[in-house]
Amino acid sequence: MSTTTRVQTSSSELNDPAALRLSGGQSLPPRSRRPKEGSGRRDGGVLVYLAALIVVALTLGPVLYAVLGGFRSNAQLAADPAGLPDPWVLDNYRRVITGSTFWTYAVNSLAIAVITTVVTVVAGLMAAYPLARYQFRWREPLFMVFVVGLLFPATVAIIPLFILVTRDLSMGNTWWGVALPQAAFALPMTIVILRPFLMAIPREMEEAAIMDGASRMQFFWRVLLPLSAPGAITVGVLAFVGSWNAYLLPLLLLRGDMKTLPLGVADFSSQYSSDTAGVFAFTTLAMVPALIFFLAMQKRIVNGLQGAVKG
Amino acid sequence: MTSLSVPPRDASTQPTGRAARPVGRRRDWRMAGEILLFTAPALVIFGLFVVVPIARAVQFSLYRWKGFGPLVDFVGLQNYVSVLSNEVFRGAVGHNLFIVVASILIQLPLGLAIALLLNRRIRGRGLLRTIIFVPYVLAEVIAGVVWFQLLQPGRGVVETLLGTVGLDGPYQGFLGTPELAMPTLMVVLTWKYVGLAVLLFLAGLQGVPDELTEAAQIDGASWWQIQRRVTIPLLGPTIRTWAFLSMIGSLQLFDMVWILTGGGPANATTTMATFLVNEGTKRQNYGIASAASVVLFVIALTMAVLYQRFVLRRDTSGADVLRGVR
Repeated sequence: MSTTTRVQTSSSELNDPAALRLSGGQSLPPRSRRPKEGSGRRDGGVLVYLAALIVVALTLGPVLYAVLGGFRSNAQLAADPAGLPDPWVLDNYRRVITGSTFWTYAVNSLAIAVITTVVTVVAGLMAAYPLARYQFRWREPLFMVFVVGLLFPATVAIIPLFILVTRDLSMGNTWWGVALPQAAFALPMTIVILRPFLMAIPREMEEAAIMDGASRMQFFWRVLLPLSAPGAITVGVLAFVGSWNAYLLPLLLLRGDMKTLPLGVADFSSQYSSDTAGVFAFTTLAMVPALIFFLAMQKRIVNGLQGAVKG
Repeated sequence: MTSLSVPPRDASTQPTGRAARPVGRRRDWRMAGEILLFTAPALVIFGLFVVVPIARAVQFSLYRWKGFGPLVDFVGLQNYVSVLSNEVFRGAVGHNLFIVVASILIQLPLGLAIALLLNRRIRGRGLLRTIIFVPYVLAEVIAGVVWFQLLQPGRGVVETLLGTVGLDGPYQGFLGTPELAMPTLMVVLTWKYVGLAVLLFLAGLQGVPDELTEAAQIDGASWWQIQRRVTIPLLGPTIRTWAFLSMIGSLQLFDMVWILTGGGPANATTTMATFLVNEGTKRQNYGIASAASVVLFVIALTMAVLYQRFVLRRDTSGADVLRGVR
C-alpha cells in the first residue's frame, strides 16, 4: 500500500508544475497554477470526485428539495414525496410573492440588519482604534472587557433584555429595539477581529503622517479606515448575516407586522403545517437573500478571518 | 501598501503648528478625550444591552418574580436550588454537554476531511467550497423548518427514501420518538454546522506555506503523509479556535431545538436555553428563568476558562508552529 503510493507520487512528481515552479515559475501569478495542477496531480482520482459528489448531494439535497418542493402541489408531494415537480406548479411562489406578509417581513429584516450592521461596524471600528494604536494604562483591561463579552451568550440576558427594551426603553416592537441589542452582542467579536487589522498597520506610517502634520483623527480617517476595509467588511457581513438570521430576540420583541423573515417562516410553518408546498415556497424565498449576499461576500470573509486568526 | 502614497494633504497648509504643540499634560488630556470619544459608542451600547441585562439576570435570579409589580420577594438562592433540583433542567444540562462533545467528535473529523478534500486541486473546487457553506449561511430557523418538513412522520421525504431501501421509519417519526430525537437533532446540527468548521479550516490551510508541502513532496511523502505530518499539525491553532466556538455555540443552542422539537418529546431534547425561554416567556417565572440563565453562564464561563487555560494557552505561547512541525 505504502509502496504503491510512493511510486505514484514520485512518478507524478516529474510532471508536477509545483516542483518546476521552483526553477522558473515563481514569477507567475499564483492563479495560473491551479488549472495545470488540476490535471497534473490526480492521485486519488475518481474516489476524490466521488467523495466530493457525496458531500455536495448531502449538503444541497435538503435545500434543493425545499426549492423544488415549492414548485410542486401538495397532492404531488403526498403521492410521491421523493419525486420531481410534474407538472411545475408556480402557484405557491406566486402566492408568497403577491401576498403582503412576506414583503413586510423582508423589509423589517433588511432594516434591522442594516441598522445592526452600521452600528456594529461604526462603533466597533471607533473602539478598536484606540485599543489598537494608543498607549494608555487601561488599554488591555478595556480590551479584556470586550473579550470577556465574547463569553456572554445573548440567551443568558434574554429575559432582562426583553424587560429593558419593552418597559424601560419603550422600544419593544421597533427596529431599533432589536438592532441595538444585536449590535451590542456583535461588538465583542467585531472588536476582537478589527484590532489586529489596525495593529498591523506599521507605526512608521503613523509617524510619517504625524510628521506631515496630520492629527490622530486625520490619520484615522485618511489612512486607517481605508487600510482596515477588509476587516470592516468581514465584521459587517458577519453582523448582517447574524442579524438577518436571528430568531430568539425578535421572537420575544416583535409582533404582528414588525416580524422578521425567520419569525415569518416559523409562523407560516406552524400555521399551515399541512401546506408543505406553501411552506417550502415561503422558506425558499426567505433563504434566497442571505444566500446571495453571503456567497457574494464569501471570499472577503475567508480573507478577513484569516487575517484575524493569524494573530 | 499602495496607500503609502496617501499622506494627509494638509501638511502644507499647517506647516509647523502641530509639531510645535507643547508635549505634556495638555496632550495627555487631549489623548484621554480622544480615547473616550472613540470608545464611548461601543461602551455605551455594550454596557446598556449586554452588561446591564446580565447584571439584572443575576439580580432577578434572587427574587420570586412574575414580571409585574416591584421586585420585593427576595428568596436568596432558592431559585437556584429549584433549578438545580429540577429533573428537566438537569436533563437539559446533560443534553447540552452531550451536544458539546458529540459536535466536536463528529464535526472535527468530518470537517477536516472535507477541508482537506476541498484544499486539493480538483476541478470545480471554488464551486464546491461555496456549496459547503450553504447550510451554514441559512438561518437556523429556516434550516430547521426545512428539516422539520423532511422529517415529517409518514409523509416526509426522509422516511420515503428509507422506504425505498426497505427500512421503515419509526411510528412517531424521528423527532417524535424520545430515543431518536437527540440523534436526529445531531444529524441536522452536523449538516448545518460542518460548513463553519470547513470554512475556518480552509482559512487555516491557506496559512500553511506551500514550501513545506512542496518540500515534503520532493522528499517523497504521499498526499496522506503530508496531511498527517505537516498540514494537520499546522492547523492546530485553527482547530482549537473552532472547537472553542463550537463549544460555546452548543451550550447556547436554542433556535434549532425550538423549531424541530420544542424540547420534546418528553423533554428528550430540552436544552438550557429552551428551558429558560420556556420558563420565562410561557410561565412568566422570571426568577427561575434568570437562575437558569446564570447557571448556563457559569457553565459556559467555567468551560471557557478551563479551555483557555489548558488548550488555547498553547496558541498564545507562540512556539506552537515549531512544535507542530517537529
